[in-house]
This record gives sequence, structure tokens and C-alpha cells, in this order.
Amino acid sequence: MTHRYLPMTEIDKKEMLETIGINSIDELFSDIPEKVRFNGLYNIPKAKSESALLKELKQLAAKNSDTDANVSFLGAGIYNHYKPIIVDHVISRSEFYTAYTPYQPEISQGELQAIFEFQTMIAELTGMDLANSSMYDGGTSLAEAGMLAAAHTRRKKLLVSEAIHPEYRDVVATYAKGQSIEVVTIPTKDGVTDIESLKGLLDSDTAAVMVQYPNFFGQIEDIKTIGELAHDAKGLFVVSSNPLALGILTPPGKLGADITVGDAQPFGIPESFGGPYCGYFATTKQLMRKVPGRLVGETVDQEGRRGFVLTLQAREQHIRREKATSNICSNQALLALASSVAMTALGKKGVQEMAKQNIVKTRFAKNAFEAAGFEVPFQGAHFNEIVVKTKKSVQEINKNLLEKGIIGGFDLGRVYPDLENHVLIAVTELRTKEEIESLVAEMGAYNA
Amino acid sequence: MHNENQSLIFELTKEGRVGYSLPELDVEDIDLSELLPEGSIREEAAELPEVAELDIMRHYTALSRRNHGVDSGFYPLGSCTMKYNPKINENVARISGFANIHPLQDESTVQGAMELLYNLQTSLVEITGMDEVTLQPAAGAHGEWTALMMIRAFHEANGEGHRNKVIVPDSAHGTNPASAAVAGFETITVKSNEDGLVDLDDLRRVVGEDTAALMLTNPNTLGLFEENIIEMADIIHSVGGKVYYDGANLNAVMSKARPGDMGFDCVHLNLHKTFTGPHGGGGPGSGPVGVKADLIPFLPKPVLVKKEDGTFHFDYDRPQAIGRVKPYYGNFGINVRAYTYIRTMGPEGLKEVTEYAVLNANYMMRRLEPYFDLPYNRHCKHEFVLSGRRQKKLGVRTLDMAKRLLDFGYHPPTIYFPLNVEEGMMIEPTETESKETLDAFCDAMIQIAKETEENPSIVQEAPHTTVVSRLDETRAARTPVLRYQKL
Repeated sequence: MTHRYLPMTEIDKKEMLETIGINSIDELFSDIPEKVRFNGLYNIPKAKSESALLKELKQLAAKNSDTDANVSFLGAGIYNHYKPIIVDHVISRSEFYTAYTPYQPEISQGELQAIFEFQTMIAELTGMDLANSSMYDGGTSLAEAGMLAAAHTRRKKLLVSEAIHPEYRDVVATYAKGQSIEVVTIPTKDGVTDIESLKGLLDSDTAAVMVQYPNFFGQIEDIKTIGELAHDAKGLFVVSSNPLALGILTPPGKLGADITVGDAQPFGIPESFGGPYCGYFATTKQLMRKVPGRLVGETVDQEGRRGFVLTLQAREQHIRREKATSNICSNQALLALASSVAMTALGKKGVQEMAKQNIVKTRFAKNAFEAAGFEVPFQGAHFNEIVVKTKKSVQEINKNLLEKGIIGGFDLGRVYPDLENHVLIAVTELRTKEEIESLVAEMGAYNA
Repeated sequence: MHNENQSLIFELTKEGRVGYSLPELDVEDIDLSELLPEGSIREEAAELPEVAELDIMRHYTALSRRNHGVDSGFYPLGSCTMKYNPKINENVARISGFANIHPLQDESTVQGAMELLYNLQTSLVEITGMDEVTLQPAAGAHGEWTALMMIRAFHEANGEGHRNKVIVPDSAHGTNPASAAVAGFETITVKSNEDGLVDLDDLRRVVGEDTAALMLTNPNTLGLFEENIIEMADIIHSVGGKVYYDGANLNAVMSKARPGDMGFDCVHLNLHKTFTGPHGGGGPGSGPVGVKADLIPFLPKPVLVKKEDGTFHFDYDRPQAIGRVKPYYGNFGINVRAYTYIRTMGPEGLKEVTEYAVLNANYMMRRLEPYFDLPYNRHCKHEFVLSGRRQKKLGVRTLDMAKRLLDFGYHPPTIYFPLNVEEGMMIEPTETESKETLDAFCDAMIQIAKETEENPSIVQEAPHTTVVSRLDETRAARTPVLRYQKL
């Protein structure tokens, strides 16, 4: 058999076997005990030609209802945003996507500099001193923040707001179990973290208070007050934040956050059914040497030219092994590049304008829902999501909407038993006035 | 590569330039001070760049030219499996029906994506010889931790929560002990013997009733097959422990030996290595975990299942599950690429992949053997480790030889790993490289060995042709500069 990815010819094979001094390739596998040797072929589908496989996979993809052909109001952590077309052109340059981790800096200056720029942009948006080179996603980044807080404070309890993304909270709980850390949920009131409850939960074993800003319901938390309470109890303050919102909102770094984490998906990354996305991890100088994952730093070469290297590696698993600050090795470098390009294209003005459009259009949707007789239970300031109460099951409503080419909001009853028949509607800059009006009208017609 | 000063994007900024095209605001504009509470609007704008689109493209194109990828040239980085990244994979992952679907859409609207994931799971079950696979872990280390959390839950469910020790060989990847620590285990190191394999006597000495698991790469990081694998699995199983397969080196044994048949209870794979999902400059990866039947109840939530009516479903009703390890369902885009690759190769193709990866490695090992020390002289698998101790005596370190390779246009091998080889150079050619490429690289290595004897300074002072010379890493760590600051 010959294959386009395998350049081996019969002559090559013969010459190579001669050099090695053996007669057959099989001899190279003679050290595998007979008893465990796999003879024969895997029972998997036969190989397909390039064109036939592409056709098959396109047909499989066509079974999905995508956010390109439909109008999406689904967010809940992952959003349908404007993606500058240039992003895909940059990350398609194979010098970037076919490279490994930049451990050889002399031939990896491009990647290293791009990540250095990413770290700078994230630090700017979050108002933190520094950011790392990326984490798997917002959820695992939040979990790592919890682990750092527990190790740093030598305390064993995390207070986690109920208004943090439920799947993020689940991930925190799994990581915490490994470290025998207790996770306590701070209840919400009117769609935001209940500060009175928080006061009652804080104690001398609180390693960190963790909140989301804007929170899972789209509401903007009073993180200044929450941060002060965390610090009064000598715990760390961890904020999970949508970085797009920070184009407008006062950044966590200015409001007392010790660690700010989140997902850069709103910047140039497609929804892609759950990943790959781009977790970010930003913190203070004080915690710099405890940061998980890779950091890129500036330095000079022997001629004094500026250059970049992976630095402070004594934190990492390949040096410190079981004493490392985290086990993370591979990260999401290519997605960090994608986000960097998107943040660059949007730039100082565009990120503000895009964030503002999200707020204003969401307000338009809120007014339209209320005018159509829907209750919007949480009336605090919002970013790009609102909660709408429905008379019928959200699942049924969404089924009806899909027939009209609309992907409805997130069914909150799936994870918050108190919020049955409540839907989380996301409105980004991509949704037009007409689309919003059509959503409200369709939901209204079905809600009677 | 160009030898010019490279600006940062922030240094190209000029007030008033834009690189975006947002939709027109088609609803009534409202002053944000009416919508947001006092103090919640940032006073200073985030200092993001202000550049026009062509400037952005030129900037990143310039950066890409200062970077070496598999498409730029040979990349024999041991343990990393830097094989060709097929282009069809990139096209498939970008099909709108895969790229533009939201993870929280109703299951009925994403059946195509779920079918693909299910088929990938099924293929990986066959490839690993396991009973079930989860695609959720985002990368290899994440998979290691996921599997160790399952092992922990398994022991706890059996009333054996006291098992707190994970055994790793001294040649193990650094992620192994680190993942064990994150999962709450203590690590015990087991020695290698003079053949480069796990010392069975030492293994017998360290096991006990506190053994939770043994983590093992097979072939190991020396590229050698642990031929005593059956005895090793028996030793661990006899004390009630689990045997974990670090699948980083699966490219060496695909279609030749399956972890499930070798006695392993669980395995993680690196789809970004063996199954071509590109490395992306450090990520994203995908680190699926396969398990034998007795670990299935502990798989992370949700578990993707096929229902009797032929539809696909995410099952959350898993009372013994370790919980969630990641939001949503894993790095889907990478899983799409891996599936495309498996379908491109088919069963015959995957077998040839392994055969040629191993043939290439052995060929290079024999060509280079006269010029460098070969600490373990036997057939290797997909990679081999040379020692630079002969050259070190002449004042040339392995690091110097690695840097000299840059002048020839090659990415160097992995160096100083595994830790049990002095001045180690770990070379993994992969199956996608031609004999001509292997020969040219060997010729360069041989020339460097000769330079070491005749003109060592050319090696010691390398590289000579890159955009920067050796960088001051001590300075970077002593006075960390981790972000750009406007002067």
C-alpha cells in the first residue's frame, strides 16, 4: 500500500533494513512478548480517499444546526461574536500551527513574541500585573486559581458564588476533591451573589472567594465589596471574567482581585461545540511565582537584541515534577494567538464599541421582552445576557424557535431547580434589531 | 529568517487607526452611565493596539517567519511526535456544521457532531484495547489527572481510600508525578536497570498495600519496549493497584500491541501527537482516557452514549462519576481532526504508520551510532536516545550541538531528557519523513560531531544564522518582564 502521508518506498525499506542489519521490519518488534502482541488489523473503517472522506464528513456536519445558518441567542459562557476574518488567516500560517512549544527560543521568536503580546493584552483588559500564556479554558483556569489560593493561604475552603457558570463550578469541585479542599456555595439573591450570606460563610479557613463578573445571569456583581470582605477574612479574591466585558467595565485588578481568570473565546474563537477555547490566568506580582503554566518573558541575546523566552520554568512540571505549581503542560497557544489577533483587530476603540453594543442591544431586548409582557426577574445592571421568565417549558419554546431558524437561549431549569421556565438570552453585537424583535414575537406568540 | 529588529504590535500603534468592521448599531444608542452603576465603567481604556488590517497581517506574517514548524522543516523532537499535520483535517474542523455549533444546543440539533465523537470513541476503544473512552480531557496531563482521579474514586468505592502512592519510573515524563500530586497522591520513583527498563526487583520492593497505581510509558522515554510488562502488571495487580498507560508514545506500537492487552487498566492518548491534531505552538491538545470495565462507573460526566433508537445522548446520570473535568465535552475541534486522520489512514495505514516510524528511528540510530554514544544498544521503537558524553569531554555540550543544528535548518531533538542519560539527545523522526530527509539530518549530525573534534568553537558559539543568538535566560528569570509597558 502507498499513502500520501507515508513517503517510504520499497527501495528505501530495503536500504534501511540493510543499514540496520536485519531482514524484516517485524524483527524490530520482536521485543514485544508474543502473549501481548496484536496480530492483524484494527477493526475500524477502511481508509477513504480525500474527496470521498470530505464528502462524508460534510454530510455529517450538515446534520447539525449551526449558528451560521440560524440566528443564535444562546450564550451561557460561549458566545456568537464578530470574528475578524483576518484571525483565521493568521492562525492558518503553518509556521504557527505546526510548531511545538517554543523551547528553542532562537527559532521560536514569532510564537514567543505573539504570546508576550497576548499576556500584555490580557493584563491590560483585566487590570492585573501579569497574565500567563493560556490555560485549557475558563473552567479549568478557575479551578487552578482555587488550587493556587489554597496552596498560598494554606487554607482548605473555597467559597464559590452560585452565580458562577455551573459547569465551571463542577470543574472546581472535581479539582478540589483531589486536593481535599472543601467547596461551599454562596447563594444568590436577585440574580447576584448574596453578600449577607457571604459574610456568614467567611471564616479563618477561607482560602478564596470566587465570583463571576459579569455573572452567569449576565448581571454585574459588586465585586469591590465582595473583594473587601474576602480580604478582611485574609482570603484571596478570585474573579472569573468575560474579557470582552472588560472593554467597558472597571477591571477586576482595580477592584481588588488577586486572580482574574476566564475564557478569551469572545475574541475570535468559534463556538466549536465546546472547544478548543482559550483560558486565561492573570494575577498580581506577589503571586507571580505560583502561577500555573507557561510564562513568556523578555530578555536580550548575546548582541543585546531584544528577544523572548519561556521563563520562571522552575514552577513547571518538567522541572519540578511532583512539586510543580500545576500539572499543566500543553496549553491553548494557537487559540491565544487567535485571540491576540482579534484583540489587535478590535483594538483600543473596537473592544469598547463591541462591549457597548452588547450592553445596549441586550437592553433593547430586555425592553422588548417586558413590553411583550414577559417578566425579567433580575433587574440589576447587565452585560450581554438577561433572564426571561416563560409560561411554557423552555425546551418546547426552543423547539418552536428552531423551526423559525432561531437557536433559543439556555434553559436555566436544567441546572437551577428554582429557575424552571426561565431562559437565559444572550444578545451580542451580531444580533440585529429585526432578529431581536422576531425572537420576542415568536416567544410571545408561543407564551400566551 | 530576517535579521532585523522586530517591533511589538504595541509599537506600531497610531491613534486613530482601526482594524475592525463591527455591525452598525441599529437600536437606540444609550449613554452607558444610564445602564451601569457608578464606578463600574472603567476610567482608563485598555491599551490595546490601534493598527490597520494590512499592518496586522504584516506583523503576524513577520512573526511567523521567525518561527519553525513541521511545515518549515524536519522536527525530530523526541517524545513529541512531530509528524505531518494533514491539511484536510484543518478543512474539516472549519466546516460550519462543526465549527459553528454551540455546546449547549439541544442534542437533537447536534447529532452529527455527537455521531462523530461517538465514532471516534469507538475507534479509540479498538486502538487501545480498552472497554470505554472519554474524550473530555483537554491534553495529555489533563488526561493523566482525570484517570488518576478515577483510580482514586475506584479505591475509595472499594473501601481502600488509604491507597495514596503512585509509582513512576525515573525515566517518566514530568507530568506523571505532577498529575499524581494534583490528584492528591504521593509519588514513589522506581529505578531503571542497566538495560534501560524498569527494575523489577525495585518495583517489588516499593509496592504494597498503599499502592494506588503504577504510571508507565511503553515504550518508555528511552524508546525501549518494557518487555517485562506482563510481570510488571502482575506485580501491581497482585497488591490491588491499577496500571496506567501514558499514551504519549503510542505511535511506536499502534497495531502491534494494545495497552488493554498488555494488562493496563487505563490509558490516556495524546491526539495532538499520534493522531496529528497540530501542536499549535504549545496547544491545544486532546487527551482522551480509555478504561477497563471496572473503572467505567467513574468516568467523568457526561458520558456520550448511543441509544437504542440510534440517536446519541450525553448521559449525566452517573452517580459514581468523578464529576466534570472540563466545561462542555473536550477539545472538539482537535477530536474532529483526529477522527479525520483515523479515517484517512484506515487499519492498514495505521499499521504502516507504526512500522515506518520504528524503521526510521532504527535507521537513524544505526547511522549515528558510530559518532555518538548509544547508551542502550538494542532495537528501539519510535525514538532513541544518544548521549553526548563523548563530545562533552571535548568541551562541547549537548546544548551546543542542539544550537548548532539550528544553523542547518533543523529543530533539535529533545535534550537532557530522560534524566537518566548523561547529555541525552532524544530523537524521534516519525513516519512522515522521507529517507532523504533522515539522511540529510544524519549528515548534519555527523558533521557536527566532526566539528566538535576539529573546530569546537563553531559549535560552542552556535547558532550563527538565526534571528537572535542565544538568549539570556537568567536575566529573564531574575528580572521578569512579562508584559509590554509603554515608556
